[in-house]
Amino acid sequence: MAVPRGKRILMRGNEAIVRAALDAGCRAFFGYPITPQNQIPDEFARHMPEEGGVFLQAESELAAINMVYGAAAAGVRAMTASSSPGVSLKQEGISYLAEAELPCVVVNIMRGGSGLGNIAPSQSDYFQAVKGGGHGDYHTLVFAGWSVQEMYDLTRQAFEIADRYRSPVLILGDAMLGQMMEPVVLPEEVVDPAKLPRKPWATDGATGRKRNIINSLYINAPDLERVNLRIQARYDDAAKHETRYQTESCDDAELAVVAYGTAARVAVSAIEQARERGMKAGLFRPISLFPFPMKEIAALAERVKRILVVELSLGQMVEDVERAVAGRCPVHFLGRTGGIIITPAEVLAEIEGLGVEAKA
Amino acid sequence: MHYCPGCTHGIAHRIVAQMLDEFDLVERAVGMAPVGCAVFAYDYFSCDMVEAAHGRAPAVATGIKRVRPDLFVFTYQGDGDLASIGMSETIHTAARGENITIIFINNAVYGMTGGQMAPTTLPGQRTSTTPLGRDTKLAGNPIRVCELLSSLDGPAYIARVTVTNPRRVREATKAVRKAFRAQIDGLGFSLVEILSTCPTRWAMGPDKAISWLEEHMIPYYPLKEFVVAEPLRERP
Repeated sequence: MAVPRGKRILMRGNEAIVRAALDAGCRAFFGYPITPQNQIPDEFARHMPEEGGVFLQAESELAAINMVYGAAAAGVRAMTASSSPGVSLKQEGISYLAEAELPCVVVNIMRGGSGLGNIAPSQSDYFQAVKGGGHGDYHTLVFAGWSVQEMYDLTRQAFEIADRYRSPVLILGDAMLGQMMEPVVLPEEVVDPAKLPRKPWATDGATGRKRNIINSLYINAPDLERVNLRIQARYDDAAKHETRYQTESCDDAELAVVAYGTAARVAVSAIEQARERGMKAGLFRPISLFPFPMKEIAALAERVKRILVVELSLGQMVEDVERAVAGRCPVHFLGRTGGIIITPAEVLAEIEGLGVEAKA
Repeated sequence: MHYCPGCTHGIAHRIVAQMLDEFDLVERAVGMAPVGCAVFAYDYFSCDMVEAAHGRAPAVATGIKRVRPDLFVFTYQGDGDLASIGMSETIHTAARGENITIIFINNAVYGMTGGQMAPTTLPGQRTSTTPLGRDTKLAGNPIRVCELLSSLDGPAYIARVTVTNPRRVREATKAVRKAFRAQIDGLGFSLVEILSTCPTRWAMGPDKAISWLEEHMIPYYPLKEFVVAEPLRERP
């Protein structure tokens, strides 16, 4: 069934991710059931056949990510999705994808952890997402939206970015962003996968060329170091070109709240209320979590008196903020864990407690 | 080749390579190399090759085959890779009737990592992790992979062969040919188990390894065709 384009329609976050992938020319999805991401495989099961693509429910997250590895090796745009415990299981495969320099998109609709945790919204997989996650010397490029529209936009761009940097790209959402419905506008133009350029490195049959080998095994240490440095250079390049963030009311702010995703939506309400009470608070929202907006937060720290980091975790992104701030101003932290969504009142109380005085 | 003297990997590789030529597949085949002694298998075939994580080759092969059904996709895996860490992938790939071909090397031991117990190590067999011989009460029982997979509806061809003499090499070649045929004709999952020697980890000379395989492995792992889809059956 044709989706209305160019006008506002109501869509769930998880559905928007699926639509974005299809619009980006993704024609291979491999997944395994886990809440709260289940609408993603459900929607792909329905829509992938309409697009002539591949949907397969794998026997495990391990199998799913390795099917992605195979599909990516064959040169097509491929994707998997899961929620926190499932993403832990995918880490082995993500490490292999990274070292084999294979592009793909992985979605994590985060839930409360650790262990089995619960199915409520959480941001407690930040470390796993941005520091590598699996074994080895790699990162995934990580993007986190805060609205259904942005989940669509970022997922769609993720496929371009994955191909450009030959790297897995992780879309980080949470149970709130995955489940909530909001108006979105789908762009008119979509990617025709048949028109995407052929990937010269893909293992898609050595017809009219030398054979290709996709590998992450470099038994001689200097060879592995060379590959790792090549991959690192791509991260440096991504830091230049893919660093994304948004600021609200930051120009004259004395206190900046740094938050991403759902936590940023809560924070922005608190900031509005703080402004109404005459406190000069602003929001800095990282959208790319790796590359992290280091320079931009350093510049922010020069301007404001304090930074408050708000997360749905016990403090993970705050370490990167501290690294960026490097002592330029005090960095405070406020977070809830276990799937509790922090309230605007809690954030407002913290802002007030930190004592950012209104200027006359 | 990097394999030890007396190892039968070389013969198994040759059979696979011969079939790639015979069916004119070099330009449209993609092979999966495993983790284990055959980890460098990608060096020995002229077609595109993908190195898979330990045990995951059937899932990787599934990913390739599903997006490119026109490619010929095969995996080459040892017993630890296929029947221990990758057993889940093996069973489910077979159950789905995934149209790929698996060449399964069973030498009853982990070769590359230093001779540890494999899922196919025989009762009483000494390995570095069963130094007194595999005690099935402690270390469990060996797994007969072909028999296990034969209960599923997905496979089109499953056979166990060995390569201990020229006649058996010919029989093994016939089996691999049928497995390739199964995929080419779109019949579904095919697997050929090749009982193989590991003189180094068995701590015996190549000659003795051949006779040990014949005397101990074949009685436990009978050589036969377990599943032969109707179109592959030989007419009398």
